[in-house]
Amino acid sequence: MPAAFSLGNDATPVDFTPKVEVRRLNFFYGATQALFDINMTIPENQVTALIGPSGCGKSTFLRTLNRMNDIIDGTRLEGAITIDRQDIYRNGTDVVTLRKRVGMVFQKSNPFPKSIFENVAYGPRLHGTKDKAVLAELIEQSLIRAGLWDEVKDRLHRSAMDLSGGQQQRLCIARALAVDPEILLMDEPASALDPRATARIEDLISELREDYTIVIVTHNMQQAARVSDFTAFFMEGKLVEFDDTEKMFTKPKEKQTEDYITGRFG
Amino acid sequence: MGTLKERAAFIGLRIITYVLVSIVGYIILDIVVRGAGVISWSFLTTYPNPDGTGGIFPAIVGTFYLVMGTILVALPLGMASAVYLTEYAKQGLLTNQIRLAIVTLAGVPSIVFGLFGLGLFVLFLDFGTSVLAGSLTLACMILPTIIVSSEEALRAVPQSLREASLALGATKWETIRKSVLPYAIPGMMTGSILGVGRAAGETAPILLTVAAFFLPQLPRSIFDQAMALPYHLYVLATQFPNAEAVRPTQYGTALVLLLLVLGLNIGAIMVRMHFRKRNRW
Repeated sequence: MPAAFSLGNDATPVDFTPKVEVRRLNFFYGATQALFDINMTIPENQVTALIGPSGCGKSTFLRTLNRMNDIIDGTRLEGAITIDRQDIYRNGTDVVTLRKRVGMVFQKSNPFPKSIFENVAYGPRLHGTKDKAVLAELIEQSLIRAGLWDEVKDRLHRSAMDLSGGQQQRLCIARALAVDPEILLMDEPASALDPRATARIEDLISELREDYTIVIVTHNMQQAARVSDFTAFFMEGKLVEFDDTEKMFTKPKEKQTEDYITGRFG
Repeated sequence: MGTLKERAAFIGLRIITYVLVSIVGYIILDIVVRGAGVISWSFLTTYPNPDGTGGIFPAIVGTFYLVMGTILVALPLGMASAVYLTEYAKQGLLTNQIRLAIVTLAGVPSIVFGLFGLGLFVLFLDFGTSVLAGSLTLACMILPTIIVSSEEALRAVPQSLREASLALGATKWETIRKSVLPYAIPGMMTGSILGVGRAAGETAPILLTVAAFFLPQLPRSIFDQAMALPYHLYVLATQFPNAEAVRPTQYGTALVLLLLVLGLNIGAIMVRMHFRKRNRW
């Protein structure tokens, strides 16, 4: 049920259903604190961009949302993150189910050294889809959604490593979609791609926002402005400002945000 | 081409290389030339005579059994330890100590493994001098090699591959089984087979645990003694007064052993090529 809520520290209340709520989040790599007291509400079926200079903690923050930081030894988290009001860090949380609900696309495309078909089938197979016809249908749908079907339908059983960089990244998106997630995390998905392949990914994000809650980390200010509905600006592990993308880019409240967006540093 | 000094160093290195290669080449050539004439169907398939002449069939079979036994024990154990050490164990002081211990074990002289096998498998566990005790001893000897090379192969698997799998909701074990192992197995196999090749040629560990001086019959169970090629060679070279009469058999045995190890190494290369073709990165 949509209700007015505040996006983050002192931001304007907006009318959307909250999907992810982050409360007083602190994150540590060993003794080094990487995130400081983050409070943030990510709205459902919208695109939220995370921007900020390198090392500001935006990728670390993204990876707390599907608990990918768990695989790094010596990390520690305080505070709470809820998805649909369920705390994903509560004891007994099934990480497998969580990661099925929260898909992820990485900075560098990382297809498995298997065929295109096997790449997309990897997730569904894990979660118990065995029927060949169902699997084939699912793979076709996922590739269509990722805008890759027409390019690969005749060579589904060829190696994914033969695809171009942009195609590989869309394959990774198809692979993530195949397990039917609710949230899609994207960690600079277009940073290694040429402008044309980047444009395709951005178009794809706009199409996918209908059905998925998307959180995207990006270095590219124009990209954040083009694809996102909301933008969060991180600096030195703190969430400086989080607001409607248009407002952020036209009249930011914080001086730091303005400096960063106008390119005065970073 | 560079200065005089550089050229001198270059020539020096080249000479050293040539000398080494020719020594090894001479040994191989000598064995091949003098052994080739000895090898015949009957040499490979008949039993030896008490005076050291005759065939080497039981030694070939014995070595074959030992190699199989060693593979069966060492490969799963070594690979499993490597998976545990790289994928599961918390990286820290303890794991590093374990690694150091493994690397040190790889350098322990093989006779020490032989004595260890004698103490543990032959006497304490009461397997007697047997194929079982010998295989276990050889397995202990090559375990460090298998673990180290398997760990290297596992570490070469890109972290992004593990992340891709985990992010799709795979458990750690599913990730290892479906993404990490298929990628790492060629490297693991190559290193392991090279280790097995070494085990096939070792004398000291089997001297005390399995080898029979002269046994004109095949082992009927894993608790029987067996002959083995390297030990047979050792016996032929040291234990017979009629050296001239036994010499051809020595050369033949050495050549068979050489071919066996060569075959294993070629096998390792073929395994690697097969897997490389199958999952290209």
